[in-house]
Amino acid sequence: MIRALLGGCGIALVAGPLGSFVVWRRMAYFGDTLSHSALLGIALGYLLGIGMTVGVIAVCVAIAVLLVVLQEQRQLASDTLLGIVSHSTLSLGLVAIAFMETMRIDLLAYLFGDILSVTTTDIGWIYGGGAVALGVLAFIWRRLLAITVDEDLARVEGMPVIAIRLTFMLLIAAVIAIAMKIVGILLITSLLIVPAATARRFSSSPELMAVMASVIGVTAVVAGLFGSLFWDLPSGPSIVTSAALMFALSLMVPVFPLSRAPRPRAR
Amino acid sequence: MSSIQEHPAQPPLVTVRGLSVSFGGRTVLEDIDLTVGAGEIVTLIGPNGAGKTTLVKSVLGLVKPSAGSIRLRPGLTVGYMPQRLQVERTLPLTVRRFLTLWRKVGRAELSQVLDEVGAAHVIDDAVQTLSGGELQRVLLARALLRRPDILVLDEPVQAVDVHGQIELFNLIAEIRRTRGCGVLLVSHDLHLVMARTDTVVCVNRHICCSGHPEDVSRHPEYLAMFGRHAEALAVYQHSHDHHHDCGGAVVTLPSAPQPLPDAQAREHPARHHHHG
Repeated sequence: MIRALLGGCGIALVAGPLGSFVVWRRMAYFGDTLSHSALLGIALGYLLGIGMTVGVIAVCVAIAVLLVVLQEQRQLASDTLLGIVSHSTLSLGLVAIAFMETMRIDLLAYLFGDILSVTTTDIGWIYGGGAVALGVLAFIWRRLLAITVDEDLARVEGMPVIAIRLTFMLLIAAVIAIAMKIVGILLITSLLIVPAATARRFSSSPELMAVMASVIGVTAVVAGLFGSLFWDLPSGPSIVTSAALMFALSLMVPVFPLSRAPRPRAR
Repeated sequence: MSSIQEHPAQPPLVTVRGLSVSFGGRTVLEDIDLTVGAGEIVTLIGPNGAGKTTLVKSVLGLVKPSAGSIRLRPGLTVGYMPQRLQVERTLPLTVRRFLTLWRKVGRAELSQVLDEVGAAHVIDDAVQTLSGGELQRVLLARALLRRPDILVLDEPVQAVDVHGQIELFNLIAEIRRTRGCGVLLVSHDLHLVMARTDTVVCVNRHICCSGHPEDVSRHPEYLAMFGRHAEALAVYQHSHDHHHDCGGAVVTLPSAPQPLPDAQAREHPARHHHHG
């Protein structure tokens, strides 16, 4: 339980700022696609004997790069492309696992998360990988924000738009790989977007929203894991349910005014 | 063009020669020549889908040309103001933050540039809550923060009412005067920009005509493009023959730049309506 708590909180801390960008950039479906491909990573990691975490990271990175390339071609609408990749990788993963008779795998644990499966190595991955991810995000923060506001403006200002976008996608891929065990691959995206969406109502700056999202995420993880422990629930749905509850509650609180007190209109 | 002759020592800011752009086999621009001299206001004009924005984006390096060359004066700083800016509602972003996103900007510099464009009062507002005119002014301020040698403005007044459009064009002309930067401007309304532009380039996939605004407004290709119907043609021809008078129509607003003294000119638009 301590390991699960430590791991879950670590993930929520990283998911806050990254999830804020997922919301700002409208990339929720992209996150879904990456996380669905994680199952294929599990199968491949097992098959090639490179370990599941490495397998998942490798597949997520490959899918992220593939999506960037395909999106640059602009042959298909983004959501169509994501739908194709998302469901074919999920199916491929399920098929691959079904073929491997020697592989004994608790499929539900991967789809919905399992606290008991969190090992000390996983904690190491979460905090090590999470620290690197947050460091990289802090490094590209201002430029990523500029690109999110307007890509053409950022290009004219000489920012390396594609490189920054790709870096951000790799960060999401990494977070999905390390969050998979606790939240489950079907629910990772919600840990990214629900706390961020909740934080939006109380934030007056991008940075504040990122920090608030982390705080809300940690609260949801703690509440969800205790619920999971007491009522023997799968940890992922339990965490996401408590996050959703917090979001619903936040809707009842009056919005933090984004601009200062009403000013007399000029003219 | 005209100002190059005026400042023969100054090399042009932008030189485009034989530019062609095509997307997926469809030619959008063909054999375009364009020059923007130092301190010159060049206005690109043309109907929707004529490739004006594509031409501007080529100059900015956002669109890859399929043929031809685009030369910017070495060390040229470009201040770009896009057609519109759609910031996601979920992103909490004040004007102050938006303007400091692209480079470090000191407090004094920030308030000075916002004063210059007349948007000082929105500094702590969220960018999503600005009116069309306020947003354009903030975008202009952003472009000015680069201390540009050339301002590139793509339909800068689109989401602005007519009164605000004139104010914005005056502001742009004023900025050119005080800062001495060149301006490359996209517009679809020659009347509005006429008095405040040095050179007009009429684009419709290729360059139909270019030159002094008055000459362009009488050019048969320009008339063919904007006055397809005989009636409309008559209106256009009429108004272009007397473009200063037409300026007179908007001059009734107190802020317009060149109020025409003689009463006849002010009466003129009314007569013009009777004919049309």
